[in-house]
Amino acid sequence: MADLLLSHWNYFIVVLLMMIGLFIVISSMNLVKKLVGLSIFQTSVFLLYISLGKIESGTAPIIMKSGHDGHGNMDILYSNPLPHVLILTAIVVGVATTALGLALVLRIKASFNSIEEDEILNVKRAINSRSKSS
Amino acid sequence: MSTLLINISLVSFMLVIALMITFSHRLFAIIVMSGAYSLISAAMFVNLDAVDVAFTEAAVGAGFSTVLFLAAMAWLPAEEKRDKALVILPLIVCFAAGSLLMWAVAYLPALGDPSSVVHQHVAPRYLAESYDKLHIPNVVTTVLASYRGFDTLGETIVVFTAGLGVLLILTGKTGRVQNDKANNDIRDEDE
Repeated sequence: MADLLLSHWNYFIVVLLMMIGLFIVISSMNLVKKLVGLSIFQTSVFLLYISLGKIESGTAPIIMKSGHDGHGNMDILYSNPLPHVLILTAIVVGVATTALGLALVLRIKASFNSIEEDEILNVKRAINSRSKSS
Repeated sequence: MSTLLINISLVSFMLVIALMITFSHRLFAIIVMSGAYSLISAAMFVNLDAVDVAFTEAAVGAGFSTVLFLAAMAWLPAEEKRDKALVILPLIVCFAAGSLLMWAVAYLPALGDPSSVVHQHVAPRYLAESYDKLHIPNVVTTVLASYRGFDTLGETIVVFTAGLGVLLILTGKTGRVQNDKANNDIRDEDE
C-alpha cells in the first residue's frame, strides 16, 4: 500500500487537484473564481499527461549528438516526447479559452452589473417576467 | 530518489495553493495564487523532463493568463460575495468522481515505468528516426511542427478564432442597450 502510494503519488495528487478545481467551478458563484478553478483543473490534466510521459532516469527529449551514432541506436534514455507535444497545444488553447471566458465575464458585468451567478439569474428572471406581463 | 523527493514536495505545494484558492474570497489574491500555482507546475514539468512544456507554462500560464486576469479585474469588483456558496452538493459530486478516479489511477503503470504502454507505440520511432530525417535535435519541436503539423495548424486556427471572439464580444453593440435598459428599469422599480 505504501509502495503504491509512493509510485503513484503524482497521479493521486492530480486527482485531488482535479477535484479541487471541479469543486471551485461548481460551488463558487463568482465567475472569475470559476475561471481560476477551470485553469486549476486544466493544469492538473497537463500534469497527468506529463507524468505518464516520464521515464525513470530518462532525460529531456533533445537528441545529444554524442549519444547518437547516426543509425538510430541510443545509449541515452529520453522521456516520451509525444505527451509534451499534446500538452504544448493544450496550454495555448487553454489560455485562448480563458481569454474568451474573461471577455464574456466583462460583457456580463456590463449588461447585468454583477459577476455573481445568483444575482445574474435574478435579474434575468425579472426581465423575463416583465416581458411576459407587458 | 532525489527526483522523487522534489516531485513529491512540488505537488504538495500545488495542493496547498489550490486549497488556499478554494478558501480565499479576495479575487486579486486568488489570481496571484493561480499564477504561483502555474509557476510551480512549470517547475514540476522541468522535473518530469518536459522542458518545452515548462517554459510554455511559465510564459503563457503563469505570465500571460495572470496578466489577462489582472487586466480584466480593472472593470470587476475585487471581492467575492461570500454568503451563498453551494457546499454540500458539489462536495458529494467531487467526492464521488474523485474516488472513482482514484480507483482508476491506482491501475496506471508506476511513475517512470519504461515498459508502460505509453512508451510503446510511435514515440520510440520519433526518438530513433526524427534526427536522421529532419536534423532537428529537439524531438518535441520535430513532432510539433512536422509529424503533427496539421494539429498545430488547427491550434493556430483555434487561437485566431478565440482572438476574433474576444474582439467581437468586447466591441459588439448588439443586445447591450436593450439589457441595460431593462436593468435600469428594474433598478428604478427597486428604488
